[in-house]
Amino acid sequence: MASTYTLISSQVLASSASSVTFSAIPATYTDLVVRASARSDFAGNDEIFVIRYNSDSAANYSFRYLQVNGSTAGSGAFSNRTTEWALYTNGNSATSNTFGNLEMYIPNYTSTSSRPYSSFGVGETNASSPAMIAVLAGLYQGTSAISSISFAPGNGTNWLSASSFYLYGISNA
Amino acid sequence: MATATYDKIATTTLGSAASSITFSSIAASWTDLRLVLVATATGAGVNVDITFNSDTATNYSQTNLYGNGTAAASANATARANVEITWSTGTSTTIPSLYEIDVFSYASATYKTLLATSSQDRNGSGDTEKTVGLWRSTAAITSIRINSAASTYATGTTATLYGIKAA
Repeated sequence: MASTYTLISSQVLASSASSVTFSAIPATYTDLVVRASARSDFAGNDEIFVIRYNSDSAANYSFRYLQVNGSTAGSGAFSNRTTEWALYTNGNSATSNTFGNLEMYIPNYTSTSSRPYSSFGVGETNASSPAMIAVLAGLYQGTSAISSISFAPGNGTNWLSASSFYLYGISNA
Repeated sequence: MATATYDKIATTTLGSAASSITFSSIAASWTDLRLVLVATATGAGVNVDITFNSDTATNYSQTNLYGNGTAAASANATARANVEITWSTGTSTTIPSLYEIDVFSYASATYKTLLATSSQDRNGSGDTEKTVGLWRSTAAITSIRINSAASTYATGTTATLYGIKAA
């Protein structure tokens, strides 16, 4: 039986970059998975992933999240936004050499109607200043199949060297 | 390098509304199972619940953690007849919800644990939820039923079962 979890593309940064983009994503899979290990130049502990599909800057994005910081749990939501988020990863005030981790699942990415997605991000740093963990449910209501995905830091300017992003395709055909 | 081991076992896309989706005759060929459900409902109140091997006795328990965009909360239930992975919000009639269910060591002779993620953003409502469930049975899982507590899953709802092998 052939495996259905296939690496489409990867980017491991050799130098800082303002964003990471996977483009020309083939329409040959059913679902997409993104796995990232990232740290930004933000002068703080917690960084966010700002995501766009297909360079779409219309208000086609929404999401809600559940987060904990080592002591309290909370929830928030945003509607009719021009970018999607995934939460959280490490900024540059986090413990040296620590990178946060993210996994996103995007089903039916070739659909042209509403597409849900999930993300789970963590930023543990072994520091007294607590790192963040978040589970996020997102929705993209653009009307084109997803053929590109970009990730930019929302608080900082650049992803730092050694940040890595992997895009996988899963087929149920 | 180890051989890749993420295999599609079966997939179902509903051609008409149905109150449940069942995967049966699941071989013991893998280590873990992953079920991905992308669903809409024909009416209000479709909560997604899971049973194994047609067991509807009170052999299940669960703990849920969820956030609706305003507040975070948690719930626990014991001696249930299923594991319900939509404790907070049911499936929408218009916007697809994403459910990811991982079942660990499904063919083992120990009790079985599942971990589920429910993602239901509707651009102004919905929630995100994590559920840990337990099935107190030592039998290998050979079938999984995804049931709706009310109404039915709509046409186009898709469920896919994957097998993940560790060795």
